[in-house]
Parts: sequence; structure tokens; C-alpha cells
Amino acid sequence: MELLSGADMLIRSLQDEGIEYIYGYPGGAALHIYDALFRQDKVKHILVRHEQAAVHMADGYARASGKPGTVLVTSGPGATNTITGIATAFMDSIPMVVLCGQVASTLIGEDAFQETDMIGVSRPVVKHNISVRHPSEIPEVIRKAYYIAATGRPGPVVVDIPKDMTTPNERYEYEYPKKVKLRSYNPAIRGHAGQIRKAAEMLLAAKRPVIYAGGGVVLGKASDQLTELAHMLGHPVTNTLMGIGGFPASDKQSLGWLGMHGSYESNMAMHHSDLILAVGARFDDRVTNATEKFCPGARIIHIDIDPASISKTVEADVPIVGPVDSVLKELISLVRESKAKPDKDALKAWWKQIDEWRAFHGMRYEKSDTHIKPQEVIEALHRLTNGDAYVTTDVGQHQMFTAQYYKFNKPNRWINSGGLGTMGFGLPAAMGVKLSYPDDEVICVTGEGSIQMNIQELSTCKQYNLPVKIVNLNNQALGMVKQWQDMNYESRHSQSYMESLPDFIRLAEAYGHVGIRIDRKEDLESKLKEAFAMKDKLVFIDIYVDPHEHVYPMQVARGSMKDMWLSKTERV
Amino acid sequence: MRRIISVLLENEPGALSRVVGLFSQRNYNIETLTVAPTEDETLSRLTVTTTGSDRVIEQITKQLNKLIEVVKLVDLTEGSHIERELMLIKLKASGSQRAEIKRTVDIFRGQIVDVTSTVYTVQLAGDSDKLDAFIQAVGTTGVLEVVRSGVSGIARGEKVLSI
Ligand SMILES: Cc1ncc(C[n+]2csc(CCOP(=O)(O)OP(=O)(O)O)c2C)c(N)n1
Ligand SMILES: [Mg+2]
Repeated sequence: MELLSGADMLIRSLQDEGIEYIYGYPGGAALHIYDALFRQDKVKHILVRHEQAAVHMADGYARASGKPGTVLVTSGPGATNTITGIATAFMDSIPMVVLCGQVASTLIGEDAFQETDMIGVSRPVVKHNISVRHPSEIPEVIRKAYYIAATGRPGPVVVDIPKDMTTPNERYEYEYPKKVKLRSYNPAIRGHAGQIRKAAEMLLAAKRPVIYAGGGVVLGKASDQLTELAHMLGHPVTNTLMGIGGFPASDKQSLGWLGMHGSYESNMAMHHSDLILAVGARFDDRVTNATEKFCPGARIIHIDIDPASISKTVEADVPIVGPVDSVLKELISLVRESKAKPDKDALKAWWKQIDEWRAFHGMRYEKSDTHIKPQEVIEALHRLTNGDAYVTTDVGQHQMFTAQYYKFNKPNRWINSGGLGTMGFGLPAAMGVKLSYPDDEVICVTGEGSIQMNIQELSTCKQYNLPVKIVNLNNQALGMVKQWQDMNYESRHSQSYMESLPDFIRLAEAYGHVGIRIDRKEDLESKLKEAFAMKDKLVFIDIYVDPHEHVYPMQVARGSMKDMWLSKTERV
Repeated sequence: MRRIISVLLENEPGALSRVVGLFSQRNYNIETLTVAPTEDETLSRLTVTTTGSDRVIEQITKQLNKLIEVVKLVDLTEGSHIERELMLIKLKASGSQRAEIKRTVDIFRGQIVDVTSTVYTVQLAGDSDKLDAFIQAVGTTGVLEVVRSGVSGIARGEKVLSI
């Protein structure tokens, strides 16, 4: 058997795991590892400009590909800089492995230079973390880390590697384990047959059903099954913010997404339903609004791989723990074989009601003669990219407008920080996608606030030639904060203005990219076209949009799902 | 309602802090916590007593089960079980108090395990209510120091928590 140092074993393990790219930043405690990286060319390293961005890159890649991303950083500040990225991935159940250098094991606990207890610091925001205690353990630890990150309900795993675990002159036998066994970790592989049968009967008997599909459908690669089941039953489908793309937005059974800024018809349909089939969703507070007023007439079937997501905030009548794809498959065959058929008359009446809601208030906004509306920018992007781009966003109004007006028909293309709501996510996430999907259009829709949280990555984009398109919906304000202040604090705009904004065009140029400014309505389409025609260039498109626009619908705080503001003046 | 949850945990560094961290992170309450290795040296047994509504208790057991190092767990309060807690208590004991305290210790089936001219150290085992009752019986004014181990529990009958 081959003898390798800990550092070489680590890199070999990544090769054997099939890892193509890792994103990271070097430093003292990781230098043996960086040296091992230098002496091979299978695993390619992307040098970011801030460790947080490395994590978001890994995250963007994972969301687009469905495979775990990989990060490598040094101890202390390198490790702590990853925390926001890790927490972002944790909240959205994104698989990734974060490899952190650590001071030598002999120094741990002595407040050594760049020592941070990364196991302790990361504990609340990881699926698991592991400290390497002997170099010979490295292959097994790495195998385990990827296995845990990618199976069950996915999530980030941190591996802490003290420097003396990677010393070049200590060598051990290398063998990459084929399998991992963990007696205490056995994710469900199928749902309970009896419960699934009960669910099928309820679905067939429902009169006012809604399928409420979350990020688990995307993560669990179950959009095909979801679509098939929905078509067989004829039930309306609403996605969560994380579930967008899990069911085609242009399908006539799609109600759009639900919750705080969801569509009027999806929130109305949920509130008035008699049966909710929740698939890979977690009844998050941004969906349910006040739980005690949540969908009073509905019984709930809840499918999730994570038992702890079931009956956490809203009690389920029929809990089903299992992978969504396999449970949906079983439901499909039960529905197909069943003698009972969906209640046509009831469903017809239900759809009639839904169509009335749609007619009353579909997704819409007021056009303006003078201002560019952020919504129309998104509609233009959708047209110009045939609805087929990978779109990442930051956090704020621009994120909600993108989710509302870019109609995603495929999973894995809508990439946003839903659970943590991390400003600074969009650009690095887009970079992670572009690196692995160079032939696809990758757009980052951002705001002038958010983009400045990781703007330094324009430099990384130059180094690795990552021609993403950055669409900055520049409203010269922390728009979402300002909206809340308009609505709840009598327009006292405390710290929500962005004064002394940089000249983004010259900034983009300084980094070696192209900048385009759009501030006249009539230029919107043509200048966007011009930008998208530059296939091999990163173009920073700075668009001056109406600074007074609000995101609607917006649920009324502490109300039920159906209590919404539909515009600045209409409340239902 | 008060519950006793018994957990088999991988006997590894950091495993305990994950359990404790979970409780504070999710705002669950820990009343007592005990932990020690078992006859299988790869496993620790942890007993935690907590209170909460049924929904909270269900979440606690589910969230505990999600921790990779938790091998198995049981809510002992769901079935009949035995619970014990050990208390060492130092009491002021001089003059006429001494006989009185001795009598109370006997009634509670405790033992005086250390003596000075002014102090008794008493050892007492039982369920938590019994220990509380003893403290009440001797009166808090005479109590110099109390150490309680926290609850350990085991199911009655044939049921065992093992892998
Ligand atoms: C790291 C971080 N800090 C603060 C917030 C709170 N926050 C949410 S939206 C928002 C404003 C974002 O402004 P901008 O990026 O310009 O987007 P806009 O709402 O104007 O479209 C803020 C500050 C956050 N989500 N993330
Ligand atoms: Mg803004």
C-alpha cells in the first residue's frame, strides 16, 4: 500500500471523492495542505478574496449541481470568516464540506496564534463536525464528511485539521474507504407504507386540496415525481421560496410561491384548503404567518426526510418520514391503481374559485412612464434568457421581485439564501455556478447594498474568467428595510439609505470588467441585450430603478395566510 | 410535564457538548443531567430531565436523534421506570439537634457518612421528590451544603436500552 503524508492523503481523498473544484484561502495552519495541492493537478483550487465567498461559491455549486461543495481555509480568522456561509448553507440544507486548518494538536487550548475552537464555534450551524485526531484517520474522516453532508437531510460538515495531522514527513498507508458505516446515523430510505396509503386515500377524496412543495423537492431531486402526481390528481401546486422550480411556474396548475411575499392566489388557496400535501417543506414562519391562524380547515399530510421538521411548528395529521422522491413514487402508483378517482366536481369548483382569485389579483405592478420598475427588469431578463438562466440573488426587495417575476420551470436554477437571508450571497454563489456550468447563462440579481458585501470577488472573477452577469437593481437604499420602515415606522428611514455609493461602472472597470449603466426606461431592453451579447465578459449592469417601489403582496404581520397588503393602499 | 430522557451516546470528545448545546440553542430546559460511560466503553449513558409540552418533548427527542453521535434514546417517562438520585448533604448538628437529625435520616433510609462535633454529612438516595422531602424535613436553616447527582433512570421489567 502507498505511504502518504496526512496532507497528501487529504488531497488524494478529495480526488477519490471525485471533487473537481475547491474554493479557499491559504494560511499558516493549512500550508502543508496547500503544498500537497500544489503537487497535483486533479483537484483545482479557486482562490477567493474573502473566505465567506469561498463558502457561498461552494454553496452555489451545490445548489446548481445537487452535489456537495468543498471549501479549504486556514485556522482562526480563516475559519471564523466561513461561519456566515456555513450558517447560510445549514439553514437551506445545502451539502458541503468545509476543511479548516487548526493549530497543532499540541498547542490546542493554549491560545496559540490563530487558534479558534472551530468545532465549538461552528457547532450550532453544522450538520456535523469532526476533528482529526490522527493523520491515518484522514481518508475515513473525509469519506464520512461527504457521506453525512450529502445523505438524509443534507447540510454542511466541518472538518478541523490540526497542523501536525498534515506534517509532510510522517507517512501512513493510504486507502480510501469504499463505504462508511455509522451505527448512529441511518437516514430513512422509504416512507411508512400504511401512512402513504392513508395519504393517497385522503388526496383522492380532497375537495379543496393544495400541494405545498418546498426546497426538499429540489434537494431530493423529486420535481418529476411531484409534477406527475400533481397532474394525475389535478391539484394546484404552490412552492415555497426554496422550492421554486420544483414545479414548473408556467404549468397551469402552478399558483406561484406562497408566504410573506407569495402570490395572492397561493395564500388564499392555502387558507381555504381542506387538505395540504406538504412535500419537503418545513412550515417556516415566513410561510405560515401566525401559526394559530394557519389554514383552519385543512388536514395536513407532511412528507419529509427529517422527522424533526414534521409537527415542529404546525401539527401534521399524516406524517411520512422518508425521501420525497420515493414516497411520491409510491403515491403515484397508489393513485394510479386506486379505484377511487379524484372528485372532479369538487375540483372544478375549487379551480373556479382559484381562477377568481387570480383574476382579482394576479402577480402585478403599476407601470410608470418615468421610472424603470424593478419588476419590469426581471421580466425583461426572463424574456432575454428564455427563462433558462441560473439566477442567484442577494437579499432584499430585488430578491423578492426576482422570485416573483422570473418564472422558473426547472429546479436548481433559482439560487438564493432563503433561510438565513444572507446579503453578500449572490455574487459568489453565481461564481460557483458559472465555474461548473460555463456554457450556461448565470445572472446575479442584486442590490447596491448587498453587492457591496462581497464586491471584492470581482477580482476572483477576473482571475478565473467567470463571465457572470451582475444585475444591480439600484434603488439607492436598503430597500427592504426602507419598505418596513415605510409600513411600520411612519417612514422614519433609520440607516436605510446608502449615501456615497461608488460609481459601479468604474468599479467594475477597475477590476477589469465591463460596466453598463441604465437609467432611462427606453434603454432597458437594448442595453440589457448589449450586456448579454458579451458572452465572455463579466458585465456589471447598474440599473436605476424606482426607489419608492414596495414588494407586494405582503402578508400582514401576525395575521393568517390570507391577510395581505396588495399595494400601498389595498389590504385584504 | 417532567420527563426523563435516557440517551446512549458515542463516548467521544465533544459529544456531550453537542447535547448540551442543542438544549440551549433551541431554548429547551435542562433540569438535571448525568452522564457516565457504560459497560461498553464506546458508549456513554446520559440521562436528562426536562419539562415541556408534548410538542416540545417530541421535538427534543427528534432533535437529539438527529445528532450524529446519539445512538439511541428513550423517554423513560413513557413507561414504568425507576429513577434515583443521590444526595450528599451537610447539616448543622450540635446538642439536641443531633438525635433529631439522626432519626430523620433513619426514616428516610439515609446514612450519616461523616461526622464532626458540629456537622453531619448525610448520604441519601431516592427519587427527586424524596430528596426534596428530606430537605424540607430537616429544615433549610440547618443545611450547610447540598450536592445532588441529578437523576439516573432505568425502565422496569425486561425492557433495556442497548444497541
Ligand atoms: C448580512 C445581512 N445584514 C443585514 C440584513 C438585513 N437586510 C435585509 S434586506 C436588506 C436591504 C438590502 O439592500 P439592497 O441589497 O440594496 O436590496 P434592496 O432591498 O434595496 O433590493 C437588509 C439590510 C441581511 N439580510 N443580511
Ligand atoms: Mg437597494
